[in-house]
Amino acid sequence: MSKKTYIQAITDALDIVLEDDPKTLIFGEDVGKNGGVFRTTQGLQDKYGEDRVFDTPLAESGILGLATGLGLKGFRPIPEIQFMGFSFEAIDQIAGQQARMRFRFNGKQTSPVTIRTPYGGGTHTAEMHADNLENFFTGVPGLRVVMPSNPYDAKGLLISSVENNDPVMFLENLKLYRSMKDDIPDGKYTVPLDKANVVQEGTDLTIVAYGAEVNEAKKAAETLAKDNISVEIIDLRTVSPIDTATIFKSLEKTHKVVVVQEAQKMAGVGAQVASAISEDAILSLDAPIGRVAAPNSVYPFAQGEDYWIPGADEIVEKANEILNY
Amino acid sequence: MANKSVVDFEAIKKDLANLPKPIQILDENSKVVDQDAFDSFSDDDLVEFMKKMVWERALHEQTMNFSRQGRMGFYAPTEGEEASEMGTVLAMKKQDYLLPAYRDVPQLIQHGATVTEAYLWSRGHVLGNEYKANSMMPQIIIGAAYDEAAGVGLGIKKNKEEDTIAFTYTGDGGTSQGDSYEGMNFAGAYQAPVLFIVQNNGFAISTPRKKQTAAPALSQKAVAAGIPSVQVDGMDILACYTVAKAARDYITAGNGPVMIETLTYRYGAHSSAGDDPKRYRTEEEVKPWHEKDPLIRLRKVLEDKGLWSDEQEDKLVEEYKASFKDDIKEADAAPKDEVSDMLKRTFEIPTPEMKQEIEKFEAKESN
Repeated sequence: MSKKTYIQAITDALDIVLEDDPKTLIFGEDVGKNGGVFRTTQGLQDKYGEDRVFDTPLAESGILGLATGLGLKGFRPIPEIQFMGFSFEAIDQIAGQQARMRFRFNGKQTSPVTIRTPYGGGTHTAEMHADNLENFFTGVPGLRVVMPSNPYDAKGLLISSVENNDPVMFLENLKLYRSMKDDIPDGKYTVPLDKANVVQEGTDLTIVAYGAEVNEAKKAAETLAKDNISVEIIDLRTVSPIDTATIFKSLEKTHKVVVVQEAQKMAGVGAQVASAISEDAILSLDAPIGRVAAPNSVYPFAQGEDYWIPGADEIVEKANEILNY
Repeated sequence: MANKSVVDFEAIKKDLANLPKPIQILDENSKVVDQDAFDSFSDDDLVEFMKKMVWERALHEQTMNFSRQGRMGFYAPTEGEEASEMGTVLAMKKQDYLLPAYRDVPQLIQHGATVTEAYLWSRGHVLGNEYKANSMMPQIIIGAAYDEAAGVGLGIKKNKEEDTIAFTYTGDGGTSQGDSYEGMNFAGAYQAPVLFIVQNNGFAISTPRKKQTAAPALSQKAVAAGIPSVQVDGMDILACYTVAKAARDYITAGNGPVMIETLTYRYGAHSSAGDDPKRYRTEEEVKPWHEKDPLIRLRKVLEDKGLWSDEQEDKLVEEYKASFKDDIKEADAAPKDEVSDMLKRTFEIPTPEMKQEIEKFEAKESN
């Protein structure tokens, strides 16, 4: 066990998959000598050589098209998109190409690409660097979207994503990169895809969250505990597909739910969770589904982030509203 | 005031238009303009080229017939582009990886797919996407194949596959897509073994070539990526083959990618789905291209040599068309693509929700 940041956990996972499988390749803007703008690929080019870990020209569609083509030739590409806002440049390669490859080829050819990209607010970046864009990708059949909330999960989920034979968008939370440290095992371990994690058990209210909002949910639960409210927290880990079974099981016990996301409210992961509950578990509830999400404005510039992103206070407020319904 | 003594942009611009003549071996009148290149072909080679073009045109005619009978799905007519399509693909080897666009179905078949598979692709059936050939299915997104070809080429290089390249096609409109530049630039940056072919057939649906770009030649689009490129007479199969073969030899020698622009023409509509070319071009404009027809051009050479006759060609066309009729019957017999199968091939490991959907559809489908 070693204390590792979220970044170090990711570097660990990349080191392991490069070691394990000679067909894995890491590439993207500045990932080579520079080790990535956040140092997530630090030391990997030195260790595995430029043939396996290499810089690309500055073009996101080109990077992911390269990944698609390498996938066709039997490689297991792990491209990096430097910031998630830049993935707009490469939507066709993600949704129009990689996610369809298995379907198109009748299962005979796949696109085992894991796209790593940082997202998320709170670090006051330039425009288009922090946006939560998972909502764009969760609607793409054939694509998984994974959003770890802590260093332990980041390492285990990344290894699972790379080993999965279908494309995965692996979203790394910028704010968590250096703000969290966990004791994590030094060697290889995996955390399963498509499975939510019950972070803490409780009996009065279920909070469903993912990414950095899991920490906000924990803070909210601490506040609520002072009023003797017992909160169960579910971390989705994979936001497409959503592990509804774990949520439904929790609701049978708590009968109340607040769904939390950092992204804008419209047409997103929270809406999908609420819809699944409405469709298949509504009778478990004795209060409306509570939702906490960012306002439906354009993602704010750096100065607005602090009060735009929903935090623990909003979760507590919404929880009390649902509990007192 | 601009100072011409420092920089003369007008002169630079004029210089851009100072292009070498497109490569040609047989001119419009079937006259040999490059004797050495011509002499490199045996009589058998010439007959083989002719047969391939006759085959492609017969395929086109029969496909249009099937289309009129309501037996086809999406079809992009190829008439007029036989020299460009067959000439380039015949210079490739089976181990090469093809990334075709939707008008490149004849090359896909030549590279190893079956006509039945091509018909199924046209109809929108998944069995039209599975080939023994080293190939993607025809790409619908213009430009995407150029990005992917760079990746396939880099994969070939990393695998150290000898005597193997990736080759891909787009059209004049495709060169305007940012992706076509990104793909060429990546292939250039990694010196990946890729042959980029631009079939300039004059139109992107209705938009003429001159409206796509101010570049005097589309082959110049490769220059900024540091890739050698050339224009070739796309109605001269001997030139198309010779240039594609030379490009392949250059690439397999480890010299990085090449781009070829073939100057050809689409006689017909963009697609068989009701597009009428009379809306955007006149008969007078089309007529000179028919006079450059690739089949007429080579046929004359063969007839002069006593290697070809109308009877021989009619017989071939009849044989080809008969076989296409068998092929479409085989396509008719393809099993229905069930929804449960669509769900099963979306992910290797279906999600729990999809498992339920699969069960639901399987129950319906077994009734």
